[in-house]
Amino acid sequence: MSQDQPRVGLFVTCLIDMLRPSVAFASVKLLEDAGCRVEVPRSQTCCGQPAYNSGDRKDTEALARQTIEAFEGYDYVVAPSGSCGAMIKDHYPTLFAGDPEWRARAEALAGRTFELISFLVDQRGMTSVEAKLAAKVTYHDSCSGLRELGVKAQPRRLLASVEGLELTEMNEPEVCCGFGGTFCVKYPDISNEIVGKKAGDIEASGAELLLAGDLGCLMNMAGKLKRSGSKVEARHVAEVLAGMTDTPAIGEERK
Amino acid sequence: MESQSHDFKNRSSGAIKDEQLQRALGNVRKGFIKKRADVAAKLPEFEALRDAARDIKNHTLEHLDLYLERYEAKVTESGGKVHWCASAADARAAISSICAAAGAKTVTKGKSMISEEIALNDHLEKDGLTVVETDLGEYIIQLRKEPPSHIIAPAVHLSRDQVEADFRRVHRELPEDRNLTEPESLVAEARSILRQKYLDANVGITGANFLIAETGSSIIVTNEGNGDLTQSLPKVHIVIASLEKVVPTLEDATAILRVLARSATGQEFTSYTTFSTGPKRAEDLDGPEEYHVILLDNGRSKMLGTEFQEMLRCIRCGACMNHCPVYHSVGGHSYGWVYPGPMGAVLTPSLIGVEESGHLPNASTFCGRCESVCPMRIPLPKMMRHWREREFEKHLSPATVRQGLSFWRFFATRPALYQFATGMAARVLRAMAGSKGRLSRLPLAGGWTKYRDFPAPEGKTFQQLWAEEQKKRRKAA
Repeated sequence: MSQDQPRVGLFVTCLIDMLRPSVAFASVKLLEDAGCRVEVPRSQTCCGQPAYNSGDRKDTEALARQTIEAFEGYDYVVAPSGSCGAMIKDHYPTLFAGDPEWRARAEALAGRTFELISFLVDQRGMTSVEAKLAAKVTYHDSCSGLRELGVKAQPRRLLASVEGLELTEMNEPEVCCGFGGTFCVKYPDISNEIVGKKAGDIEASGAELLLAGDLGCLMNMAGKLKRSGSKVEARHVAEVLAGMTDTPAIGEERK
Repeated sequence: MESQSHDFKNRSSGAIKDEQLQRALGNVRKGFIKKRADVAAKLPEFEALRDAARDIKNHTLEHLDLYLERYEAKVTESGGKVHWCASAADARAAISSICAAAGAKTVTKGKSMISEEIALNDHLEKDGLTVVETDLGEYIIQLRKEPPSHIIAPAVHLSRDQVEADFRRVHRELPEDRNLTEPESLVAEARSILRQKYLDANVGITGANFLIAETGSSIIVTNEGNGDLTQSLPKVHIVIASLEKVVPTLEDATAILRVLARSATGQEFTSYTTFSTGPKRAEDLDGPEEYHVILLDNGRSKMLGTEFQEMLRCIRCGACMNHCPVYHSVGGHSYGWVYPGPMGAVLTPSLIGVEESGHLPNASTFCGRCESVCPMRIPLPKMMRHWREREFEKHLSPATVRQGLSFWRFFATRPALYQFATGMAARVLRAMAGSKGRLSRLPLAGGWTKYRDFPAPEGKTFQQLWAEEQKKRRKAA
């Protein structure tokens, strides 16, 4: 690897780290294919979003400072999640409005932070991937990536280059799946109603595989699909783009 | 209106089980969204108009005292009277005394959310007056003794069959064989009753979409023309409006009107847009003899200069609720007070206190669709988050949430300990799931597993696996 390759700090996300490492390995492969040197800081844990959305500013700031310190040495910070990416990129700078030093550090980091797929396409100019998957898939636009970071065309563009893959759009792919972080456990009845509609739209698309860019939404949708006996499988889009679909899909039996 | 917002959780769970309501909400989901998208796509400058509308309101709110004083001076000049009302009680008292002075027995009303906010109908009925709602949706829910479930479509939660049954129950003269199967026939039936009420009324009360400082005019938009009849036939016209409705000029109002109907009903313009300036002049053929404006504060001036000031830009179009997945699931009555959906989740705590309505700003997935369609670009999720912060500071958040967060913070701010703990948890959950790949029950996560399986971890954390991979890579190198 040459030294002029950008150094990317991978923000793994707490859900991926604990529940689905294969997404992070797929991210590493895609980033390396795009000519980046990837490092994974050991001092990262959580971006602070659960605390932030629960109104707990003090704990959010503590976690944000820790994340900023862990990642400020890199050329880029990349997260395989629109939600965690938007937390760092959109929300960190507003956290430190009254603290010029941390505000400046947060803004500097925000400017170098990206969601994985949009980074590959918009920053690295990737237009296709070397991957094969003979499957009919549908793609859910997770809310933060879509509305806070403008991730919409990029994953579809790369998916179009996957050999054998057919993308079929579900009804209203831009509607929330009802995960909403802590929302799904604070208001389980409402969350279930929303994800129930989403599962219906996914089924009706005729796809055999559901893809999205955020593990939280995927766990919610996959969990609902499995509970209702659906055959539709679910994966993070990075796994498909990296050609790493040997592991069982989310919530599927181990072979 | 008495708030039931504290009971949001029960009310919403009930609403989810109400099959008729769910069918009606399906229509909101399909109808309004497509109409708005179509009509916005047809207007290339729609986004620029949203910016202009936001800027007009921001400017007005920065100089609200100036424009309100100017507005009052102009109303007075045109022969009308402005009644400044700090509270709901003040507004009710002012309206009562105007009605008493007019010797009123019957009052007709155009649709007004403010009158719901101050529970005006109950109050006037206690005074012995007959109050008749003239907006079709509002008329239907008046027959049912229900509050509105939506700010522009108050009866959107009902089916046509339910409305027909209500008409047959209340309209005693209605022949049994009269066909009421089409919306048109329902409208005709309501109209036949309402026509006489307009003529009987001594006082007409309407809301206002805008108050114009430049001219002292009020503007009301309707699709049924009921506002015009309400305000021009009786001897006395009372306009009831909250103080943030003021805009500087006619030009400003028309700019905002261009985004209002498009966002609300997906129309380019409403069927009727009516301007009123003072009572009937000597040369006018018709119009009221008295013109009063009830200018209500009721907590709004307290929002100025706070993180909630931007909420005062709201023009009550309902686009946020039309696009909200939570509203689609629970309907407007679940929110328990006048203003439902995302706008209500910010406005209700501002007006009646977060202690009473703390569920509302929390019952959002923060999907951001409300903000993306708000014609006034109000950052609704950001303001809901402000309310959550206020609740957290005041220790109003549930103890379980606070304990959960402090537990999470303890580990998450100690990376080495965190990695040890997540490694353990991943192994334990993997073992619990066996070869199944998912868990159908999980301690402490009943809210999740009641409806969903929980995908099992792969066994080791990424950090563990990555450390192993790095060793391999170094050896290979």
